[in-house]
Amino acid sequence: MLEPAVQISSLYKSYYRDSLEIPVLRNINLEIPAGAFVALMGPSGSGKSTLLNLLAGIDQPTSGSLKVAGEEVSRLSERDLAKWRARHIGFIFQFYNLLPVLTAYENVELPLLLTHLSKKERKEHVETALSIVGLADRMKHYPRQLSGGQEQRVAIARAIVSDPSLILADEPTGDLDKQSAEDILHLLSRLNEEYGKTIIMVTHDPRAADKAKTIRHLDKGELT
Amino acid sequence: MKVFRLIYKNAFRHKLRTFLTVLGLALAVMAFGLIRTFITAWYSGAEAAAPDRLVTRNAVSIIFTLPISYKEQILKIDGVKDVTYAAWFGGIYVDPKNFFPQYAVDQSNFFTLFPEFILPPEQFEEFKEERKAVIVGRRLADRFGWKIGDPITLIGTIYPGDWDFVIRGVYTGRDVNTDETAFIMRFDYLDEVMRRDSPGRAGQIGWYALKIDDPNRSAEIAKQVDARFKNSLAETLTETEKEFQLSFIQMSSAIILGLRIVSFLIIGVILLVLANTMAMTARERISEHAFMRTLGFRGYHLVGLILGESFFMAILGGLIGTALLAVVGNLVGIALSQFFPGFAPDTVAYLLCIGTALLVGLGASIFPIQRALRIKIVDGLRVVD
Amino acid sequence: MIPINYTLRNIVKHKITSTLTVLGVSLVVFVFAGSMMLSQGLKATLVATGSDENVVVIRKSSQTEVQSILNLEQAQLVSTTPEIARGGDGSPLFTNEIYVLISLDKRSDSSAANVVVRGVTPQSLALRPNIRIVEGRMWQNAGSEIIAGKSAAERFTGCGLGEKVRFGAREWTVVGIFDAQSSGFDSELWGDIDQMMDAFRRPVYSSLTFRMADTTQFTAMKARLENDRRLPVEVLREKEYYANQSRTITTFLGITGTVISLIFSLGAIVGAMITMYAAVANRTKEIGTLRALGFGRMSILFVFFMESVFISFAGGILGLGAAYFLRFVRVSTTNWDTFSEIAFNFAISPDIVFSALIFAVAMGMVGGFLPAVRAARLKIVDSLRAV
Repeated sequence: MLEPAVQISSLYKSYYRDSLEIPVLRNINLEIPAGAFVALMGPSGSGKSTLLNLLAGIDQPTSGSLKVAGEEVSRLSERDLAKWRARHIGFIFQFYNLLPVLTAYENVELPLLLTHLSKKERKEHVETALSIVGLADRMKHYPRQLSGGQEQRVAIARAIVSDPSLILADEPTGDLDKQSAEDILHLLSRLNEEYGKTIIMVTHDPRAADKAKTIRHLDKGELT
Repeated sequence: MKVFRLIYKNAFRHKLRTFLTVLGLALAVMAFGLIRTFITAWYSGAEAAAPDRLVTRNAVSIIFTLPISYKEQILKIDGVKDVTYAAWFGGIYVDPKNFFPQYAVDQSNFFTLFPEFILPPEQFEEFKEERKAVIVGRRLADRFGWKIGDPITLIGTIYPGDWDFVIRGVYTGRDVNTDETAFIMRFDYLDEVMRRDSPGRAGQIGWYALKIDDPNRSAEIAKQVDARFKNSLAETLTETEKEFQLSFIQMSSAIILGLRIVSFLIIGVILLVLANTMAMTARERISEHAFMRTLGFRGYHLVGLILGESFFMAILGGLIGTALLAVVGNLVGIALSQFFPGFAPDTVAYLLCIGTALLVGLGASIFPIQRALRIKIVDGLRVVD
Repeated sequence: MIPINYTLRNIVKHKITSTLTVLGVSLVVFVFAGSMMLSQGLKATLVATGSDENVVVIRKSSQTEVQSILNLEQAQLVSTTPEIARGGDGSPLFTNEIYVLISLDKRSDSSAANVVVRGVTPQSLALRPNIRIVEGRMWQNAGSEIIAGKSAAERFTGCGLGEKVRFGAREWTVVGIFDAQSSGFDSELWGDIDQMMDAFRRPVYSSLTFRMADTTQFTAMKARLENDRRLPVEVLREKEYYANQSRTITTFLGITGTVISLIFSLGAIVGAMITMYAAVANRTKEIGTLRALGFGRMSILFVFFMESVFISFAGGILGLGAAYFLRFVRVSTTNWDTFSEIAFNFAISPDIVFSALIFAVAMGMVGGFLPAVRAARLKIVDSLRAV
């Protein structure tokens, strides 16, 4: 049997503002099998983005256990965490977060610079990733020369170029028009089905959620 | 006024940046002031010159001597009240690095003609009585820890041999810029030895100092002195003490010029630092300025805001820099007192610092103002970052 | 490793800020290099004045020829030194010279400056093979003719070819101009030794110069001559003798130049810090993205640190480039060691280039360090949230 992609048990997360404790996530227990496509839904402030950040290892839980890709994330040192993230996680942001001074090719190549791949191998990977998202002809373009949908596709190429097992997407269609949003969602489904990627997507758009195989709701920091 | 409050608030929107800008300005303003002070100190010898004194030297150049017999002849010239003479000794005290000026003088009236060298009367009497007696400046005595009665040996470079002296007095300066680092010996001691060892060089002094009765007649008297010795074996060149001092300073004019250029380059650095900050500010506020204009604020309001912020930082930096100059300048003055008596920032230096800061405040805001005025409201509102 | 392109393109993208910072650094480097080039120019000129084979003899502890006095017997005694080389005609390569300073007016601003008049013998030219008469001729009537060094001829009234200059109660015509290959001799006037001794009424020599047959004998010969009780002299290699004459000014320039450059550099460092803090603030979200992609804190630190270093390196290159043109500027100043006017050009050396660039990079490192640390210390979650 395949090891589950994500195993969360009794997870708590609070923020402190001055001395005031603001609980964000309360007693989360969740198991996501490998190959799943999960949509996390919930209103603003429900803690869904925080949960995603915890999964990506860019935020630390207050207590509880968080196992991602077989690794207890909260126990990793900062240095190991960065390595682990580069190896296992592909991150997709709402506002794409492409580096404006780098071309599409260079943006996609970024994660590979953390690996030991040769220049030639990197080129193959980048070209493959860009052709999967259908932008092989836009490699030399800078982000400002691309449309929003194209930018997000470059960002997706960047997320999959190092072949991570888990893709985390934070409102990937939140800033896009209807047509582009649909393209992106279609792309994510393909990555899930054809390439077997586990995808966890935070969204508050019901149509986006429909594309996922599973929908989980978060409300006031609790899974419902 | 609301406007000043806004300028003040704007200036501190990026606290760290404002702090750094003001710090950079203050340091550069201080450096500017220090260089100014340095140049002033360089000229301080000439500033200290008395208007009623002339200097007569050999026309060929200062390294050529004049016969001691000229003294009587110069005294006879109308308008000359008194004459004294001196020679440059140029000895080495232990190590050539220990440089200080050494003069062999006419012990009878040197201190009378140079009243800015204040010497207690009883020390003056001892100087007149003892052949090997020397009078040293207060700062020079402090520098080497000399006390009255100490024996000192100098190695002569111009007058060969080892020379023994005894300190019999310490003089102090009357004015701030009076040189307190001189070592003053008796010429007759020197001459006695020269008469014995190399008679050809005996009876030769370096220059005469003439006290005249009317400073307005200095040019005329100088001409008369030079005419008196025209076509003699040693022709003379007589000028006011100030011209005499300036001719020495003039010799290093290239270095002074270099320092002046550097001080202007410093203004360039101040300008760049402030202009950089103002350019960043202007870029960040494009949409804000556009928004203010939709509210009905006019171009000149924005000019006032930008100019105000630029001036605010420039003046703050200028004031702190001036304060630093006062502290650092005086510390440097103490450290350099052996070499540069009279190194102290003057009012002109302070005013120049403030003036420079203001000018820089204006210069740095030109570009941001242009930008704020040129951009269309619609474009401005569209810019996000 | 975050690609170098990221750093370079960001520098280019923020044109105004980068340019202003580069200019700031370049001004400081210009001043730094300029002051070193000035020292170097004087040093090079004086070092070129002396030769390795020649030996200068002056009076003990007189330091320079101006103060030195050697009588005829002493000169005679030194001239019999066996180590002296012989010329083609068999005569010893030995000369006794007189050195005096006269005050002349500069052509530029008619201010007075001290010019060296050197009374020389025919052997003097044989001892300095790099001196050639380039215009006019050698004196024929030694009693009223002199030759002038190239720089002296250019700078002083009455010293040009065919002009007349008055000193030593006589009028002299400049009949020749000599080129001493940018050495100190270029700033001198030369005449016949006997005529000069007569004109200045100085029956003594200032210095003796001779060529050694075998320079390895120098130390032994120096000791022998200096220990001779009849000779109160100092024996120096000519190159060393002239190199020493640049000491006071180069020390002064060295200290002043360093102090000014250091204070000055604080301004540029602050400028670099402002720029880099702004760069960090503007790119907070990019920092978060890079961190989320798996780049560590050190990568981020390095990127911003290098950006600052690149900017200041560019400033260093620009400042050095501007300073390079100073080479064509001729300076004349009184050399405080000899009290005489000397003309020289700013001179650059690999050492200066190297230290100026090191200085520039150091400014970038100091200015970029704190902002880079701030960038590295940002929390990923917070920086991703930045606009």
